[in-house]
Amino acid sequence: MEEGELLIRNGVVYDPINGVKGEKKDICIRDGKVVEEVKNPKIIDAEGRVVMPGGVDIHSHIAGAKVNAGRLFRPEDGRKGVKARTKVCRPESGYSVPNTFATGYRYARMGYTFVMEAAMPPLAARHTHEEMVDIPILDNAALPLIDNNWMTMDYVKSGDTDLLAAYIAWMIKATKGYGVKVVNPGGTEAWAWAKNCDLNDAVPYFDVTPAEIVKNLAVANEKFEMPHSIHVHGNMLGHPGNYGVTTSTYDLVKGIKPYRDRPAMHATHTQFHAYGGTRWGDFESKADVIADYINKNENVSIDLGSIILGDTTTMTADGPMEYSLYQITGRKWTNHDVELETGSGITPFLYSGKSPVNTIQWAIGQELALLVKDPWKLALTTDHPNAGPFIGYPIIISMLMSKRRRDESAEDMHKVIFDRAEYSSIDREYDLNEIAIITRGMAAKTLGLHEHGKGHLGVGADGDVAIYDILPEERDAGKIQKAFLNTKYTIKGGEIVVKDGEVVATPAGKTYFVTPECDEKLTDEMMVTLKDRFEHYYSVNFNNYPVQDAYVPNPYEIKAPWRS
Amino acid sequence: MVEVTDVVCSLCGCVCDDIVVEVEDNKVTKVKKGACAVGKSKLMGHGRIESPAIRENSSLKECSYDDAIKKAAEILAAARKPLLYGWSSTVCEVDKVGVELAEEIGGIIDNTASVCHGPSVLAIQDVGLPSCTLGEVKNRADLIIYWGANPAAAHANHMKRYSYISKGYWTEEGKKKKKLVVVDVRKTTTAKLADVFLQIEQGKDYLVFSALRALLYGYEDVVPEEVGGISKKNLLETVRIMKEAKFGIIFFGLGVTHTRGRHNNIVNAIQTTRAAHTHTKFSIMPMRGHYNVNGFNQVCTWETGYPFAVDLSRGYAWYNPGETSSTDLLVRRECDAALFIATDPGAHFPAESIRHLSKIPVIQIDPFPNPTTEFADVVIPAAISGIEAEGNVYRMDNIPIRLRKLVDTEYMADEEIMKRILDEVRAIREKEGE
Repeated sequence: MEEGELLIRNGVVYDPINGVKGEKKDICIRDGKVVEEVKNPKIIDAEGRVVMPGGVDIHSHIAGAKVNAGRLFRPEDGRKGVKARTKVCRPESGYSVPNTFATGYRYARMGYTFVMEAAMPPLAARHTHEEMVDIPILDNAALPLIDNNWMTMDYVKSGDTDLLAAYIAWMIKATKGYGVKVVNPGGTEAWAWAKNCDLNDAVPYFDVTPAEIVKNLAVANEKFEMPHSIHVHGNMLGHPGNYGVTTSTYDLVKGIKPYRDRPAMHATHTQFHAYGGTRWGDFESKADVIADYINKNENVSIDLGSIILGDTTTMTADGPMEYSLYQITGRKWTNHDVELETGSGITPFLYSGKSPVNTIQWAIGQELALLVKDPWKLALTTDHPNAGPFIGYPIIISMLMSKRRRDESAEDMHKVIFDRAEYSSIDREYDLNEIAIITRGMAAKTLGLHEHGKGHLGVGADGDVAIYDILPEERDAGKIQKAFLNTKYTIKGGEIVVKDGEVVATPAGKTYFVTPECDEKLTDEMMVTLKDRFEHYYSVNFNNYPVQDAYVPNPYEIKAPWRS
Repeated sequence: MVEVTDVVCSLCGCVCDDIVVEVEDNKVTKVKKGACAVGKSKLMGHGRIESPAIRENSSLKECSYDDAIKKAAEILAAARKPLLYGWSSTVCEVDKVGVELAEEIGGIIDNTASVCHGPSVLAIQDVGLPSCTLGEVKNRADLIIYWGANPAAAHANHMKRYSYISKGYWTEEGKKKKKLVVVDVRKTTTAKLADVFLQIEQGKDYLVFSALRALLYGYEDVVPEEVGGISKKNLLETVRIMKEAKFGIIFFGLGVTHTRGRHNNIVNAIQTTRAAHTHTKFSIMPMRGHYNVNGFNQVCTWETGYPFAVDLSRGYAWYNPGETSSTDLLVRRECDAALFIATDPGAHFPAESIRHLSKIPVIQIDPFPNPTTEFADVVIPAAISGIEAEGNVYRMDNIPIRLRKLVDTEYMADEEIMKRILDEVRAIREKEGE
């Protein structure tokens, strides 16, 4: 047997990026990469089972300051999901806020091999990286928050998008981040004074609007050959009647030409932004309006933020939103505002099928997936852990694949589901190809990672493969759910990491980061202001701010040249 | 002579990172800027543990690192319920090896928060913590409250860098436009600077928080004429200042966590912050002591799910302070070996705990001799993090900063010592066919 060679034989392969829709096909891997052929490999006989590239999660909160604050203040969550160490694995704990080891093992057991940490406060970037190093198996990356930053707002006000581009380039480099994350633009800065901002409100003291922030960041982002678009959590998340703000936010990037074949904006956890009504009493689904927009336009991609019923820990840089949620529930509440940059809030939340509001929320997430016609425009997420933990993905998959399962579930929910949501009237059922698109293909393409070997199985791709213990014709929702929770095999970089649902190896993952290359003159000009900010307002010195190389022991750099 | 800038101080939870020192002949010869008197003294260096040593017939005999590490590993591998304690005055990289070792030997891992801000952690687990970074305070706060904390003595740069005396974006005029409220049982050095000093009776913190809360929520009628030694008039005045502030912050110290009421005091302090937040922006922050006491809590939380007092004897993490916290375990005489790193239980633990420690094998890893050295059976000297070794630490406001290495040393760094102990333990267990 040749060292480093693997052959997966007799699998039915779903590799949507390469247009492979359920074909019986062999996958050959040598030295961690997919190759044309192998000579004397170790052989896995998939026996007709479903084979997909390793899953790619476009948006999940798995590492960093607020995730850890969530773990710290919820020992009661730690008690759930306890698993003792094995010869290979370290102890697991937690359900909605699992420890780092459990995070890696559970994703791997579901066949995922790449996860994007969706919000990294720049000042605490070292923390995010320290935790990512401790997440076994998964390749990873993180999106720094660059929207409520004083420098961003100052450049938006002066209208100088070149200097703004120089600033975001420096920030992404300094944090070893992947792109530009936007969370309640302007609203989180306002929260430092216990206020909030709607899309066209002026941010206190800064005299810019959230709309201007989003638009200028999109323009600045596309000045580089960035793999990913700006990644937007818009204003008014979770407020009844916010769907108009949502579509107005989408409109902001109309006319901005993206650098490559992806939209100029990725709008995340759309379920939380598709709300009708004027208050909780007349709350209703506007998934149809949002889906209609997505169907008719090409400027935005979305992910779902679909609800998983049960208890979870909500956490976001949207400080005012978490405060509102805490006021509703009266449960514990942590807040952490970050100087010159961002903020965050955390509070536990129970999504109950008995609650009319939660029932509609639950319907909205799935309606979006069922009403958006082109699956390449959306990714499956639960905005882990906000709408529910990632471990619930198989539930959503089974719902999308089975109308019967949806009907049975609706019967157990609050009856409001039949009159304030379209849920029960939609007949569409996803096939496995579409599932492969929303769980790997779309995310890899939208993040530009398919060009770096992720999310597909073409020659040269990473040898990341999931073999699910179902046959392609399986329609039983229960069996589908079970298969997507624990793979028959997960292979990472050519190495078997999960076998029959058990983790058997825990190689370290790589951290992907982008290096935007900015004109030196622009950088120098921007740097004068930046250094002044550090000298007078930051509580950390300029030279101690950038994330040192020691924090990224397994780096994968993607260069993003300036577009002339 | 070389001048080194942006030096990060490895003393207290302030983690000042603007220090300038001079280094000559591989020694810090001068602290030019930034450090407080205590930080300066640490940077300049003082008496060290000179050599690894093993106790034989009641006196320490010098030995090699190899021998000391081997002996430490033998003790830990043979123990049924070892305690691994300390971790707050070293870097996160070391804490990570500590957790791994605890998993390997089925031990209990705990840090100094256990006898320090542990009650604060319990309170946060009850009600959460509305807080912010220190730069937020510097730029925005016009009301600073120190409660049971005396930064003028214990966190000497705190007011200057981050709070009352600092200047920031909306606080350009510094203390002139700020209010300082100090609550304490005695007139401390900090209290002398205060606009309002509330000298409360010992052990009455809970009552005073409750009174302020009632007033903030508008229930003036339920508050008596005097609470905990403070007149209603002064309480009303304090509440007026709180409501009128644009941005207020409560910094609390061990004067609140270690008086009657303990974690209940902190719950009440946080609830008072929430009450104030219904009027204006209000935050609260514990004054963490050691420079990386927070860092251990962070590492332990993301690796085990819990911040301190974690028992790994079951193969998974079990957290139950009171049962799994160090002093309780020692008083109950449950541990049969102990490793202390970067800490001094000899000076800080209750006598009953020390009595048990004198009966079990004790390993000490530390740059400096201290009362624990007097009864340790294996002593392993270490490099000083922040001077002779680098690594990550978490400031009191959860901001991660990397300590710099300023000079070379013959001493082994904590991380290497811990990794070698872990390797030795694994080798022993493998041999025993674990």
